[in-house]
Amino acid sequence: MKISVVDVVKRFGDFLALDRVRLEVRSGELLALLGPSGSGKTTLLRIVAGLEWPDHGQVLFDGEDALSRGAGERHVGFVFQHYALFRHMTVFENVAFGLRAKPRAQRLSEPEIHRRVEKLLDLVQLGWLAQRYPAQLSGGQRQRIALARALAIEPRVLLLDEPFGSLDAKVRRELRRWLRKLHDEIHVTSILVTHDQEEALEVADRVVVIDRGRIEQIGTPQEIYDHPETAFVNGFIGESIALSVVVRDRDVRFGGRSIGIDPRDTPDGAATLFVRPFHMAILAASGENDLKGVVKRIHGIGAARRVEIVLGSDPEPTIIEIDALRTQQWHVGQTVGLRPEEYRLFRT
Amino acid sequence: MSIVDSVIGRRKSVIPGFGITLGTTLLWLALIVLIPLAALFVRTAELSLNEFIGVITSRRALRAFELSFGLSFAAALVNLVFGAVVVWTLVRYRFPGRRLFDAIVDIPFALPTAVAGIALTTLYAQNGWIGGLLAPLGVKIAFTPLGIFVALVFIGLPFVVRTVQPVLEDLDEELEEAAASLGAGRWLTVRRVVLPSVVPALLTGFTMAFARAVGEYGSVIFIAGNLPNYSEIAPLLIVIRLQEFHYADATAIAVVMLVAALVFLSLINALQYWSERRTGKRQ
Amino acid sequence: MTALPVTERNDNLAISLTGREPATAAGDGRRAALRPDARTDPPWIRAVAIGSTVAFLGLFIVLPLVSVFTQALAKGATTYIAALHDADTLTAIRLTLVIAAISVATNCVFGLIGAWAIAKFEFRGKNLLITLIEIPFSVSPVIAGLVFVLLFGLQGYFGPWLVAHHVRIIFALPGMALATIFVTFPFIVRELIPLMQQQGTEEEEAALSLGASGLKTFLRVTLPNVKWALLYGVLLCNARAMGEFGAVSVVSGHVRGETNTMPLEIEALYDSYQFVAAFAVASLLALLALVTLVVKAALEARVRED
Repeated sequence: MKISVVDVVKRFGDFLALDRVRLEVRSGELLALLGPSGSGKTTLLRIVAGLEWPDHGQVLFDGEDALSRGAGERHVGFVFQHYALFRHMTVFENVAFGLRAKPRAQRLSEPEIHRRVEKLLDLVQLGWLAQRYPAQLSGGQRQRIALARALAIEPRVLLLDEPFGSLDAKVRRELRRWLRKLHDEIHVTSILVTHDQEEALEVADRVVVIDRGRIEQIGTPQEIYDHPETAFVNGFIGESIALSVVVRDRDVRFGGRSIGIDPRDTPDGAATLFVRPFHMAILAASGENDLKGVVKRIHGIGAARRVEIVLGSDPEPTIIEIDALRTQQWHVGQTVGLRPEEYRLFRT
Repeated sequence: MSIVDSVIGRRKSVIPGFGITLGTTLLWLALIVLIPLAALFVRTAELSLNEFIGVITSRRALRAFELSFGLSFAAALVNLVFGAVVVWTLVRYRFPGRRLFDAIVDIPFALPTAVAGIALTTLYAQNGWIGGLLAPLGVKIAFTPLGIFVALVFIGLPFVVRTVQPVLEDLDEELEEAAASLGAGRWLTVRRVVLPSVVPALLTGFTMAFARAVGEYGSVIFIAGNLPNYSEIAPLLIVIRLQEFHYADATAIAVVMLVAALVFLSLINALQYWSERRTGKRQ
Repeated sequence: MTALPVTERNDNLAISLTGREPATAAGDGRRAALRPDARTDPPWIRAVAIGSTVAFLGLFIVLPLVSVFTQALAKGATTYIAALHDADTLTAIRLTLVIAAISVATNCVFGLIGAWAIAKFEFRGKNLLITLIEIPFSVSPVIAGLVFVLLFGLQGYFGPWLVAHHVRIIFALPGMALATIFVTFPFIVRELIPLMQQQGTEEEEAALSLGASGLKTFLRVTLPNVKWALLYGVLLCNARAMGEFGAVSVVSGHVRGETNTMPLEIEALYDSYQFVAAFAVASLLALLALVTLVVKAALEARVRED
């Protein structure tokens, strides 16, 4: 099912949570809404789900207005961050809830409901827990049950609100891979809200980067990593060295000195230079126009060593960290040149 | 969003039933509580201001107020002092039967006032277990203001204990240990570390006991003797005026008591707020 | 060999250091007073405090309570039982039960509706509403009865209308029930609100998103989650309703065998010097109070689990 979000605006009192958000979710894709806390991603998800209503704008499911319907009528499966399992029902009863809550006319027979619930529990590999209560389950198990419960009603779209946020790192990684596999099996349109970029980049077909109520960029994980379109995306996704520079007369200057790179179509004025650490080459001999720095500290074990380099000193020294191959010999106090092999410039 | 929703600041919510549940709640509240209480003020307004003042400053009314408020204050004071001892003992010490005594504290809350009334009267009458012991000394308790005082101590007893108990229990033991490790003596530690956290709760309990005692009826009228100008409490005077069909007089006195009750209520709320701030429950 | 959990290790250490019993981790949340030294008061203070407590509680509470039963049985068990079988007494018991049932039922319904409105939604004036609901707690019971006499009594606002339509409220069951409802008004809703607020709206949102109707959500999800708090509120409401004296006294006609509840019957018997009978009826209410306290303690544990 296709979802269209058109110019949605949402305010909480004076706080603008969503600022004219436009989004198209393709049928069958797993889309990640990625952003820092307070960015509005959960609000957007809840609006799609029917748990909140926008102040302006439209939400369309396959072209039909979804806002005129409540959460129960939209046929969405919502998985809450803190599971929201019904604490006084067994796992089985939890998963069966959506099927049993239907009006008598549309309800399946008990044996059929039984069959479906068992199938779902097998799908999430937790059939053996059917008679337990949520309090007796681990966090990861609870989340899988929450997912099974949402899938029971055969939703047109699956909405997951930071589903792995309250789990520890190892369980989180296992579950996200499991989620991806599940999605490949059942192909339900899914929207996943997360603040964890590793998760978004690993699991999603496309990623929507959102900050302060605005969409910064939409693209595949590869696209937003390799071709970030805004300074925020560049800084938020992956590691970057960010330097404040000034563009003047087709020249880029750092700390008052030209550093010999092409500003491309960035206009004159203040700007930020983004370089992935592994795209910054360290050179022993320094050319006239290179970025220069002094090695402050070298540490680390393994194939690469972390080199801390101090650049410039006014108004404050900037320290960057680069991984250098073990084979290269640098020592503390040495002046080195730095050349960005690939970089992006964004106007500040 | 309707105008009502904007006025009360509510966003549209997926949880259904706001209008009907709030409406029903307000309606029921109005019917059972607000309108009847309003009738009290309306009826009193039938008196002119002079008449009103005349009623509440009549000798009998004044004496009744003095008795009710004065004895309630004294009883609450006794409950403050002994309640503090009791709650400290129950929370800090271990002794056989502690749990039982802790449970006993709730009895004045749970026991019907009429039961307490006749039990106390029989106990403190001249031929009662306690009254009998004191009679030879010339001390008469039942059917005197002293009897009223005893009854008011009884019904106010749990308030100080139960209000202070959670505060004392939640007190961080490390604070006292830190004070002790810094060389403070036990009394100093209690005075400077424990007491400040507990004082708001103590005052709250005191005010609650006071408020309850002022309005108390059932426990008191058996033991009081109920002689006008001597041992007649204000609630009883209201009942008497009502039976005489002097509705306006009754309501005038009732209005004074109701206003006092509302003052108490605000005071208690304020004290509870202060207590929560002192103990860090609220920032 | 499995490693000891941390608390056990520390406790063993405490024993070896001080030679005293370590602090117990009490389930009722009370930090044990047994941690040595820093929080121990001198023994003479302990003795005085414990002694005063026992004496004070014994004198003011235990003694009156015990005297209820001794007075009731003063003339023997047969007289006691006969007093309870008296026709007027039985009527009083029945009336008390009926009024209590009415009060509990009405306040239950109101409590659930009110708690839903207050706990599951955000709106301005919520605190004011809660304060208004709690007013009956601060009002003298006599005033509670008085206000209904003002409305429905012979000289009350609706008096003439009621007389014309042959409806009796004051000096009859309806008035007594109203006064009792007033007095017990906040009990149930007050127990439900904090719990429902603490539980939040997530489970309800989940149920609604799964397609359940509002009513179904309330019955299948919200209600089971608050059942212990509800029961607790019902218990307190019932105890107060059955024992209410002042408010009911004002609106009742005090007619023995007709409009006397148990507390009023006690008054009637006592005033006519039938002490044993009065205490016999009182003993029933005292037993009710004790049972209420026991069940209350049991429920408190359950409510905390929720």
